[in-house]
Amino acid sequence: MDEKDRILLQVLEENARIPLHEIAAMAQLSESEVEERIRELEKKKIIRKFTTVIDWERAGDGEVSAIIDLKVTPERDYGYDRIAERIARFRQVKSLRLMSGVYDLQLHVSAKNMHEIARFVSEQIAPIDHIRETATHIIMKTYKENGNLFYEREEGERLPLTF
Amino acid sequence: MRDFVSSRARDIPPSGIRKFFDLLLSMEDVITLGVGEPDFNTPWTVSEAGIYAIEQGHTSYTSNKGLLLLRQLISRDIGKRFGVDYDPEGEILVTSGVSEGLDIALRAIIDPGDEVLVAQPCYVAYAPCATLAGGVSVPVPCDERHHFRLQPDILMERITNKSKALVMNFPNNPTGAVMQKSHLKEIGDIVIDHDLLLISDEVYSALTYEGSHTAIASLEGLRERTITLNGFSKAYSMTGWRVGYLCAPPSLCEAALKIHQYVMLCAPIMAQMAAIEALRNGEEDKNRMVREYLLRRNLFVEGLNRIGLPCHTPEGAFYAFPSVEKTGLDDITFAERLLAEQHVAVVPGSVFGGAGAGYLRCAYAVSREHLIEALKRMEAFIHGL
Repeated sequence: MDEKDRILLQVLEENARIPLHEIAAMAQLSESEVEERIRELEKKKIIRKFTTVIDWERAGDGEVSAIIDLKVTPERDYGYDRIAERIARFRQVKSLRLMSGVYDLQLHVSAKNMHEIARFVSEQIAPIDHIRETATHIIMKTYKENGNLFYEREEGERLPLTF
Repeated sequence: MRDFVSSRARDIPPSGIRKFFDLLLSMEDVITLGVGEPDFNTPWTVSEAGIYAIEQGHTSYTSNKGLLLLRQLISRDIGKRFGVDYDPEGEILVTSGVSEGLDIALRAIIDPGDEVLVAQPCYVAYAPCATLAGGVSVPVPCDERHHFRLQPDILMERITNKSKALVMNFPNNPTGAVMQKSHLKEIGDIVIDHDLLLISDEVYSALTYEGSHTAIASLEGLRERTITLNGFSKAYSMTGWRVGYLCAPPSLCEAALKIHQYVMLCAPIMAQMAAIEALRNGEEDKNRMVREYLLRRNLFVEGLNRIGLPCHTPEGAFYAFPSVEKTGLDDITFAERLLAEQHVAVVPGSVFGGAGAGYLRCAYAVSREHLIEALKRMEAFIHGL
């Protein structure tokens, strides 16, 4: 990882569909060098995936999302890993993190409706061994996702010409 | 009734190009590369500090010199970045932007008829401010062959026994030129030899892309004869807050302070408090913005050269200064037709003095998407010639 790699990652994180020649100009590399570096970053799993940020609420068929906190008793030899890896395999779990603080694992879960989330928590998650407590928080509105604002904001107006 | 306008005010040329500006305002769908200010919002932590200041009732005057804490932070900041020490008590004055700093610096040093050497192309205010102070401005052209840096021999040619001061601005508006330490040293030697005062507008110092900025006051023998102007507008995207500063040895700072206390009293307190936050917690935001300008510069300058507008690589500020010579048009015609035909606004280089004729100032302080669209339109325009 050098400065040029950082430039590549920054611009790709903002826009995964940015044309190659634009990245090349910004990083002051040739297009083939950019391709080579991107391949390398994918190979090293620094680039995990090229994806799209979608405002599902706006799309109209919004799913219900919730943050679920779990208190977990760690297992001897494995700590939290084995249980976390097990939870991560559920399709409904969008992200999963080990946290400091009162709760241990934090899940971001999406489902068709509230009912499905309730069932998922009570039938799939809560009964798992070593899980001592769950707390489910329904996401009511998203204002910002992955650095992108989800609300319209009036921009301050600059004069079109100043010296 | 008499004509009450003073001859001095009457004789000052109006800033820039009125006709062009009116046309621009009447048009829609214009991509403007004509704006000499950042397109980023002020970092939120800084704005929030300004809002909090108002909420807390900090709405009064401050000391004429500015809040002591701000002057202390400025002193620490320039000490750390440029290795030059200024005493917050008697050598730093908080101004209402660099614009005010320039005005009071010139008024503090000019006697009637004194000549003020001005490195050109340059920001449009230098010559008029020198005139208003009673001086005579003498342009010193900087050309592309020398990357728009001020050349010692050309400076020497313009010095007379009436020369009092040299005004320069690097990184430069409009060319993006930067003077490295070795270049500054050559100029500094001449300034010392001819017993001149130096007014150095370093407001773009944070926007230096290759290597780091050298403050000319940090060179040996120059601190005692330099007034350095700097501010928060460009580095922290704070143009509308109107807060900058002037650094000078005590006698010069004192003279500027006298004028400042009568004409400005003090910079707005909420802006000063926001500036305190900028110096305390704005570094990350500043670096992020500078990095984005660098990417835009690379993208845009490569594009200009590709479409047939040769452009030297600007090492600082956020301006590209391509030549239109190959198109066969002069800069004013080019800019007017580009606006009328392709709805892209750029500023003709001659606005910044005769040395800028034949060039365009394109501010790349706009989003990358706009830069790419502007390049497309400029390419179409050139093809249609």
